[in-house]
Amino acid sequence: MPLARLVLPLFYQDSVKLMRLAREIGKKKGVSEVAALMGTPANREILLHAGLAGDGEVDAGPNDLVLAVEAETQETACEAIEEAKAFLTQARVTGGDSSDFSPSSLAGALAGAPESNLAMISVPGAYAAKEAMDALRSGLHVFLFSDNVSVDDEVALKREATRRDLLLMGPDCGTAYIAGAGLGFTNAVRPGRVGCIAASGTGLQAVASQLDALGEGVSHGIGVGGRDLSAEVGGLMTLHALDFLSSDPETEIVALISKPPDAEVLPEIEEALENFSKPHVVCFLGAENPDWAETLEDAGHAVAAILKGESYRPENFFAQAWLKEKIASLKPGGALDGGGVLGLFSGGTLAHESRLILEDLLGDASWNEEAGRHRILDLGDDRYTVGKPHPMIDPESRAEMVSQAAMDGDLGVVLFDVILGRGSSPDPAGPLARAITEAKEKGKSPAFVASVVGTADDPQDMDEQVRILEDAGVVVLPSNAQAARFAAALVKPELIENA
Amino acid sequence: MKDFRSKQLRVVNLGLEVFADELKNQNVPVTHVRWRPPAGGKPRLLEILEKLEELDG
Repeated sequence: MPLARLVLPLFYQDSVKLMRLAREIGKKKGVSEVAALMGTPANREILLHAGLAGDGEVDAGPNDLVLAVEAETQETACEAIEEAKAFLTQARVTGGDSSDFSPSSLAGALAGAPESNLAMISVPGAYAAKEAMDALRSGLHVFLFSDNVSVDDEVALKREATRRDLLLMGPDCGTAYIAGAGLGFTNAVRPGRVGCIAASGTGLQAVASQLDALGEGVSHGIGVGGRDLSAEVGGLMTLHALDFLSSDPETEIVALISKPPDAEVLPEIEEALENFSKPHVVCFLGAENPDWAETLEDAGHAVAAILKGESYRPENFFAQAWLKEKIASLKPGGALDGGGVLGLFSGGTLAHESRLILEDLLGDASWNEEAGRHRILDLGDDRYTVGKPHPMIDPESRAEMVSQAAMDGDLGVVLFDVILGRGSSPDPAGPLARAITEAKEKGKSPAFVASVVGTADDPQDMDEQVRILEDAGVVVLPSNAQAARFAAALVKPELIENA
Repeated sequence: MKDFRSKQLRVVNLGLEVFADELKNQNVPVTHVRWRPPAGGKPRLLEILEKLEELDG
């Protein structure tokens, strides 16, 4: 197929901008493949594998922008390249408000805005640790969104931060709330009195959104990164965040959300919590401790209950009267009994929580590439996002997987999450709903079960997103845990019969 | 703790410009840095520059 390519030397653009450009150009009639990438070795490899490198190696460096278009005709490919170039050049000329101060380095930024107190860092991983260290040494708190930061660098950064009494959120931190503002992928939650410490972005989004629905708000939501409670990092930032929140006058209660700490780290965390001056709720997903919340949903409810002076006891999901009827209406004659559950998740923690629930209820649930009757895929994992946008940003590739799954005769249920908020796709439900509707029109299809993380004030209309899914026949449950339990009940009716 | 109680959150953004835009939408003051890989993205040159910086600093 005809291919056109253009290298724009010294034309650095960030990956989200390039993704959006590729998506726009990809909509052009006759265009089949588009790549808009900086010429790093990894990206040049992607071009080669996608057949977009032409007859050999692409001659470009990390600061050179490579555009490649494959189209039905050479003319269309060349036109598309010209359009992309015009779009980029124009964006450069008109980009930003001319009154905006836009320096080329952290030092320049601080010279112009010396009162700055937090650095948000999302540069490629290879450069992130140095920028983060420079920011800490300049007295700034750091939100480190970048991934591919080594554990040694993480430890060094967190030691530096604690020594300077600063927060180092991340690395690979997707979400934080600081002083009422959302950093990264966040939902529009009200400011309030709950301090959150979370190892993962989507875990924090789920709990903060649920608190909002329960009428409570967040004082600060501190993302500590997925490795903070590992033996190597030793909970450095979790412990520091506890200190920060214990002296924060806005914070009345703390929720701590993570996978269970490493055995070596747990005693220190437990000791810190014992000495913690404010009420707190712990949710270490997968840990067995009756004092801790078992699910993200339980954590939110427990916090809200404590603030009301009440106690919270989770109800038995399977004993609810409406459940039997709902399930009977979805599978006449026990059609789905014994089928498999496939989870297609955009949120890592939601995927992890679902897997734990399915393992518990169905006896097994395999993870990502592992074979198994019930499988949970974390589609935000690096293995699924090479050369592709994260499914929270662009739902199209997940919609394709939904279409494929619908053809699998052994599947009983497709289970998924929809995450709204700042940074997420403007319409995450739309493409999924279209794929589901098409699958259903073709005949036999599994049941579709989902939950939506979001708030009434999110940029996407939450009620509308739920309606889009429900109109496509998706059963939308109020939480991720309930969606997983509902999926389990669809393929294993004994769960309800024995409740 | 250098905290956010007495002063407003003010952000320097390095990397994805969309994050600066989201902060502006929330009325958070933000300075977006026109970041690009230092030393032309050449690892060897970057290493040399970092060594020089260490010597300097």
